[in-house]
Amino acid sequence: MISRELLKRTEFYLLIVIVIISTVLSIITNQFLTLSNWFDLLRNNSFLGILALGELVILISGGIDVSFTATATVAQYIMGIVISRYVGNLFLAFLIPGVVGIGLGSINAVIIFFTGVPAVVVTIATLNVFNGLLQFITGGKWIYSLPVSFKNFAQINMLKVSRPEGWPATLSILVVFWVIAILITWLILNRTTIGRKLYAMGGNTEAARRAGFSVFRLMIFAYCYMGFLAGLASVVQAMQTQVIQPNAIVGRELDVLAATVIGGASVFGGRGSVLGTVLGVLLLAIVRNGLILLGVSSYWHKVATGTIILVAVIVMALQRKFRSEGA
Amino acid sequence: MGNKIFIEATNVSKYYGGVTALEGVDVSIERGEVHCLVGENGSGKSTLVKVITGVVSPESGARIDIEGEVHSRLKPIQAYQKGIQVVHQDLSMFPNLTVAENIGVGQYIEHGRWFVNWSKIKESAQVAFDKLGVDFDFQRRLGDLTLADQQLVAIGRALVSDARLLIMDEPTASLTQEEVNRLFGIIRGLKENNVTTLFISHRLDEVLEIGDRITVLRNGEKIDTVNREKTSKDEISYLMTGKEVESAYNLEPLGEEEPVLKVRDLTDGDHYQEVNFDLSRGEVKGVIGPLGSGQSHLALSLFGLNPPQDGTVTVDGKEVNINSISRAMDLGIGYVPEDRLTQGVVLEQPIDNNLILTSLERFTDRSTGLLDEDRQAEFVEEAVEEFDIKIGDPKDRVISLSGGNQQKIVVAKWVSIEPKILVMNRPTHGIDIAAKGNIYDLISELAAQGMSIILISDEVDEVMQNSHNVMVMREGRIVDETRTKELSPGNLQEELTSSEVGLK
Repeated sequence: MISRELLKRTEFYLLIVIVIISTVLSIITNQFLTLSNWFDLLRNNSFLGILALGELVILISGGIDVSFTATATVAQYIMGIVISRYVGNLFLAFLIPGVVGIGLGSINAVIIFFTGVPAVVVTIATLNVFNGLLQFITGGKWIYSLPVSFKNFAQINMLKVSRPEGWPATLSILVVFWVIAILITWLILNRTTIGRKLYAMGGNTEAARRAGFSVFRLMIFAYCYMGFLAGLASVVQAMQTQVIQPNAIVGRELDVLAATVIGGASVFGGRGSVLGTVLGVLLLAIVRNGLILLGVSSYWHKVATGTIILVAVIVMALQRKFRSEGA
Repeated sequence: MGNKIFIEATNVSKYYGGVTALEGVDVSIERGEVHCLVGENGSGKSTLVKVITGVVSPESGARIDIEGEVHSRLKPIQAYQKGIQVVHQDLSMFPNLTVAENIGVGQYIEHGRWFVNWSKIKESAQVAFDKLGVDFDFQRRLGDLTLADQQLVAIGRALVSDARLLIMDEPTASLTQEEVNRLFGIIRGLKENNVTTLFISHRLDEVLEIGDRITVLRNGEKIDTVNREKTSKDEISYLMTGKEVESAYNLEPLGEEEPVLKVRDLTDGDHYQEVNFDLSRGEVKGVIGPLGSGQSHLALSLFGLNPPQDGTVTVDGKEVNINSISRAMDLGIGYVPEDRLTQGVVLEQPIDNNLILTSLERFTDRSTGLLDEDRQAEFVEEAVEEFDIKIGDPKDRVISLSGGNQQKIVVAKWVSIEPKILVMNRPTHGIDIAAKGNIYDLISELAAQGMSIILISDEVDEVMQNSHNVMVMREGRIVDETRTKELSPGNLQEELTSSEVGLK
């Protein structure tokens, strides 16, 4: 028997939807249900998956961030310049974007806290400022000459499954970063006091203040954690494409936000889970993957994504309505 | 002074601008007693609570003595350290967290604690429930509980952090009779454990049931503190309202007029049933009852916002179906809403724009569709004068005005469309005494000019002073309608607070 608690959870419904869509795609295409397709799908979405975890933390805290794509781009570009021109050190390739991300995240938090301007407005502005400055300073130049160690690292595979016909299916090391981010985020949100304070603050900021929490410190944490993950995601993305373009990441904000919201995070704060966010990312990834396999025009991808978001949000609104009427 | 006293506040005054919120109030609360604070809206109850909890500083000359420690004013943290806690249910709880977490949330600020100790959180919830003597699943989300249960959780949390004086501000306002009984059982249990309760209410039955001593405030002054055994409901309502009530009645007598509005067997299914009444030209009809008795939904139905399921409404002899605001306005019905901040005014907009909101077409040039600014300015000037609204510049934002002046804008806005029937839902809620007086004068003036007014209120004085007839509503039904002249504040108060008062 399925417990009533389970029926209330967004994750449960998401899982059902994912299973149904996967089943349908497995029947109508013969590539969908192959190991190599799934390994590719995971690798290609690690970058979005990591970003979505950062957004999850921010949404839970009662905020919102749309500037992280610019943060990621700036972090990635600075890293690219350092490792291509000065020291081709792999350690720096991870350290620099993390530090830059934390720095830019703290700028967001400070502005939002001290001005009281809604987070969405502040981060739209900083998105443009960060991105505009980068474009201006770099002139939009791409960085190709990444060190060999950077290339070699990206080609490490965690798993190699040979197949009777053709190439073996391989699981990229890039997926590991997503998995690590999942574990850390889960630990923070469910096992640390700071994580629980973030939930509390998102549920009722005034009450959090009265309970003696430092709203400022919590906001700094949330936006810096987002910045840190944006930095990490930017390395993953650069390793995947092996080229650094100042215009590759900006524009993906809404995909990330969508995955998080589909996963059950509330834009009103206080709600959301790591599992839901991962499932949200997977759902969007599977739909996009399915459309590609079916050869559907890429314009329809946006329509499909938009429709999924709309349905998810409507279902959640109805759920909330029924719950408040039932109580 | 024996050591029985937990807190004694002496000579507490507080002025806001020119308005006196408290004047030389003395109150002392004994350890382990249930002390009740009663008074009408605006009598200074909440200001006194804010002084005791350190949220508001009293004027100099005040003395607050907590178990021998004397302060001239308190800081919130000092009050907290002394174990003084207010049980708010809306402002200090986390609806998205579980019951256990809401109770144990204090552990998150313990120094050097990085990881959550879930078993300790559950333990503290269990401790709270043991102290309360209740038992329910504390893994449920707080937001899924009834308000009454959420309130218990709030009390539980206060107990876990060693509260010694629990202040409950109108805790029964939205509880059913059964829930009230359970709450009283818990308060009595706390009393046995020497926890002091300051219980604020205007339901006299409840006060007399639970209180050991009762302090009455009126217009910011302390009238008396009485022992429960030595008082009666009549005495307390007399102390609360004073005598001057009847002389303040300032309406023109009502002539014999045809009813403008007839309501027959009106039912909306959920909030009120079988409502019948007539409203004559120039009549002010007071509607009074405990909050949530259906009076607001009845008002909304007359204004097209809550279409009734059954029954008829007749305006000027014609049966009408009021299914939208514009239909209501066409029929000459205006509505001054209950919550002016969210429904009455656009706070961020200038005063003049707010004033013309209901009558935009009057100021719109027919050929161009644009606003005629001169006509608008003229109208605004007239309205400001007529309604005695204290403003600087008509372009100032409404948010810069006092509550009373904001409310006058709401009233002016509706009166400007010259309605035949004006429904006013708690028009003086949360405004100062002077502005109240202005609104009362306006009501009698408008009635004298022939406007019919439905005045919804929860203050006995207000309906006694300002209506020709008073209807008492309870649990969605009109239980009584009487000519005001035949009532006394005492027996109206009694009717309101009689033991059957319970909300759905």
